[in-house]
Amino acid sequence: MAITVRIPTPLQRLTNGQGEVPCEGKTVTELLADLDRRYPGVKERIFDQSGKLRRFVNVFVNEEDIRFLQGDQTAVKDGDEVSIIPAIAGGT
Amino acid sequence: MTLSKEQVARYSRQLLVPEFGVAGQERLLASSVLIIGAGGLGCPAALYLAAAGVGTLGILDRDTVALSNLHRQILHTTESVGQPKSRSAQARLTALNPELTIQAHQESLAAAHVRERFASYDVILDGSDNFPTRYLVNDGCVLLGKPLVHGGVVHWKGQVMTVRPGESACFRCVFPEPPEPGAIPSCQEAGVVGTAAGIIGTVMAHEAMKLLAGCGEPLVNRLLVLDGAASRFREVPVRRDPGCAVCGDYPTIRELIDQEIWCGQAEPQEAPWHASK
Repeated sequence: MAITVRIPTPLQRLTNGQGEVPCEGKTVTELLADLDRRYPGVKERIFDQSGKLRRFVNVFVNEEDIRFLQGDQTAVKDGDEVSIIPAIAGGT
Repeated sequence: MTLSKEQVARYSRQLLVPEFGVAGQERLLASSVLIIGAGGLGCPAALYLAAAGVGTLGILDRDTVALSNLHRQILHTTESVGQPKSRSAQARLTALNPELTIQAHQESLAAAHVRERFASYDVILDGSDNFPTRYLVNDGCVLLGKPLVHGGVVHWKGQVMTVRPGESACFRCVFPEPPEPGAIPSCQEAGVVGTAAGIIGTVMAHEAMKLLAGCGEPLVNRLLVLDGAASRFREVPVRRDPGCAVCGDYPTIRELIDQEIWCGQAEPQEAPWHASK
């Protein structure tokens, strides 16, 4: 069993079109590093060069915003679901 | 206000809903909503709000109707191609419900007139198509204390949240700053499924109805996320951020400033969300 990571539409080009991919790790940092190993380029689009979460994107662990947990050090375990949710501009 | 015989007939099926009733209808008729964008979200939202009898609807859009709009912008018709969107919307909504006041604002939203434009409306509904306008609308609603229904849609996906300024999370609490120009595909280049826009626009109208009629439970402190490809809704809890630049305890945004609207204008750049590398 692994951790399910939900990939937003604009990044699915990096994951061969998959909207959900299984990854492993003990923290969000480890999990996204694993994601980046499998699908290079994903992590730099979520975190900036100093390693901070970009300001228009949020990461949710089991539907809770990691900014209100322990940030990128938030613990994750098998069976958890992690969603990457960016702001959407489109409307018209 | 007493409902006329014709109003009782027109609105009878929602008057029968226990939580809504005559009191809810009277509140709707006395209320007003400003819809930013007569597009994929604003069109279905406006149709439902007009049908339901929201007394005054404002339609703000700077564009004219194009053929490529018609698969999702259901207020407009093939005949209205080339017409100003706010006027096309006004004609269609007036035909649907002639007793309403429909204001056509054929303009883009600028910081200088947000205060004047928002002042006479009870609820603001944001169906715009670019980040600068979205942050301007959010910040304007917070500074003026106007309830906001925010919605966004791209491809098969959508998001909705309702903001009660000062009480619940605002758009900036959830997404503190817009991405850099060109970082996320938006507007013309992104593409959208018409029915996904219809779902999100309808949820937005539904939220506005509840706020105005004073019934139900608003979508505050929750971000509703649609995965239209799977026909699945999820919601994630969001919360007011005490450090928010506009609604936090020590706000740094105290007045509205225009940012360049880059929708469809910016040259594609090597930016974080371009997946070309």
